[in-house]
Amino acid sequence: MLEWIRELGRGGFRYFEKLGRSTLFLIKTLAGIPAVLARPGLLVAQLLSVGVLSLLIITVSGLFVGMVLALQGYNTLVDFGAEESLGVVVSLSIVRELGPVVTALLFAGRAGSALTAEIGLMKATEQLSGMEMMAVDPIHRVIAPRFLAGFLSMPLLAAVFSAVGIYGGFFVGVGLLGVDDGAYWSQMQAKVDLYDDVLNGVIKSVVFGFVATWIAVFEGYDTVPTSEGVSRATTRTVVHSALAVLGLDFVLTALMFGE
Amino acid sequence: MKQTKSTEMLVGMFIAAGLAALFVLAMKVSNLSTLSTGESYQLIARFENIGGLKVRSPVTVGGVLVGRVSAIDYDNERFQAVVTLDIEEKYNRFPEDTSASIFTSGLLGEQYVGLEPGGLEEVLTDGSQIELTQSAIIIEKLVSKFLFDRAAEGGTE
Amino acid sequence: MTETSDDKGSDSLVRIRGLRYARGDRMIFDGVDLDIPRGKVTAIMGPSGTGKTTLLRLIGGQLCPHEGSIRVDGQEVPELGRGELYRLRQRMGMLFQSGALLTDLSVFENVAFPLREHTRLPESMVRGLVLMKLQAVGLRGARHLMPSELSGGMARRVALARAIALDPMMIMYDEPFTGQDPISKGALVQLIRLLNDALGLTSIIVSHDVQETAAISDYMYVISGGKVIGAGTPQQLEGTDSDWVKQFMQGLPDGPVPFHYPAPEYVDDLLQRDTGSAR
Repeated sequence: MLEWIRELGRGGFRYFEKLGRSTLFLIKTLAGIPAVLARPGLLVAQLLSVGVLSLLIITVSGLFVGMVLALQGYNTLVDFGAEESLGVVVSLSIVRELGPVVTALLFAGRAGSALTAEIGLMKATEQLSGMEMMAVDPIHRVIAPRFLAGFLSMPLLAAVFSAVGIYGGFFVGVGLLGVDDGAYWSQMQAKVDLYDDVLNGVIKSVVFGFVATWIAVFEGYDTVPTSEGVSRATTRTVVHSALAVLGLDFVLTALMFGE
Repeated sequence: MKQTKSTEMLVGMFIAAGLAALFVLAMKVSNLSTLSTGESYQLIARFENIGGLKVRSPVTVGGVLVGRVSAIDYDNERFQAVVTLDIEEKYNRFPEDTSASIFTSGLLGEQYVGLEPGGLEEVLTDGSQIELTQSAIIIEKLVSKFLFDRAAEGGTE
Repeated sequence: MTETSDDKGSDSLVRIRGLRYARGDRMIFDGVDLDIPRGKVTAIMGPSGTGKTTLLRLIGGQLCPHEGSIRVDGQEVPELGRGELYRLRQRMGMLFQSGALLTDLSVFENVAFPLREHTRLPESMVRGLVLMKLQAVGLRGARHLMPSELSGGMARRVALARAIALDPMMIMYDEPFTGQDPISKGALVQLIRLLNDALGLTSIIVSHDVQETAAISDYMYVISGGKVIGAGTPQQLEGTDSDWVKQFMQGLPDGPVPFHYPAPEYVDDLLQRDTGSAR
């Protein structure tokens, strides 16, 4: 029993230690961002691997999510004779919730895990340490560009997801189920507010991008430098990012849409 | 760091796609396009009860959107709700005896202000008050009134 | 430590006094004194796990000692600020065991990396310098390859070219011969010696390959159990009286370093049902 309590305490200390380490790491990373802006080439290369290579999975997922929402929404709405409101249902669910959240989850799985694995491998193969010995700060040279790229990519990816999803809903609702073309768009425009809905969705995705990328680069940098350590860190990135995104989503939703 | 033209191109396309998507969300999906950015003038209407009317609720004439509710206040002296309506400048020829009513779109829809033009020569100008108003219909009141009347009828028989 | 203040011009480039360093509860260094003479090849030898790599990291300022002084070219490394430490590191080269080449850059870009990071040289000059360094290690023809396409020996030679890209004052080699075939081993042995003499470098080799290291070093230290247990030229160490150093230098299987990991008596162990067998 005593041993159990002791273990609990030790785990608690380890947790706080990690929290503190990751915060200090974040501060150092943020301090490195001006140096990145001075060398946009580094950022562009990372935008390619973080943003562009995630674009396909985001687009395809957005399309299908929009299509499924239209199908499900139509079947429910048609009972009330309110299938004209399909555009509202699809767009509000996507712009407010699914766009930012699903994009962040996919981002954690696609780009976040890749970032952790890449940085973790660089650590395991002494590349980070080698840079340090060449008097190049790896946080400035390796971490900061990746962090900035992830942070910038997320809102753009979420916007692409939302736009494609709404067109996916349009395709199913108007094209296949016969909802009126004009009603789909006009009802949507009447009910979706630029600030309350679209802008809040963008704010959500900015926050998710920040947190998911932070977790990914920190786990990579904090990896135990072995192959086992890298694989564990990659798993942790996906799990922690997903939990953080969903938890934060609740908090942000309560702040933004709760009246 | 060596950088090829194709990298720059792909990243440029990515950024453009993201910005275009944001633009679509703003223009095509949200109400930005229906938001009047032009000149407007204000009318004031007093109601006994505004029901579920909110700021930014639509104001229509014959079903056409002409403006939005810009403010809702309560008059402590006359115990009435004071609703300020923002009307687009191009619809500036409403007669003085125009009436304002609060309607509900559909059975469960949102509430809006409907204007009905009268027949006088003089027109409403910025800051004028609409004298003829009809409050929102509260379903509970209607139902209780109906039940009360039926009970009264039953009593006389 | 009174005489160390003016050793900038003295013969030893690196001077370590009373170094103590512990990892967890384990003492890695327990009072180590070392002098690395300028312009010479100095070897630090010892069995695996004696913290030889740790020593290089201490000299490079990546780790901080718990006690003692480490002076490189007159500067007290553990007390340097970040900026000063980075300026000092630009004058040090380090060759990691794995080579530590940046995997997303080609051989050419890897060698160009320190030049691009620390200088504002025009592209034509970078190209000239890189080709020069690659020529020195014999890999000018491999400049378009990616690190994944190189053999272990080639990767180490590229890393060496990168380490000398900024013309440092000293190079630290971490186990340069481990896992090399005889040909690349020979090439590296020759390169280390040649570069040291041609560029006027100071070289520190950490290794446990006795033959190769003894062949090129001017001075050797043998470290074990956190202490320096032998020092001298290779010839002096060959003729040492110390049993331990003799065992290490000649590679004898048993001696002061026992063949057996500490264990209860063999016979007792066999007769007893072992409680620790599950581990």
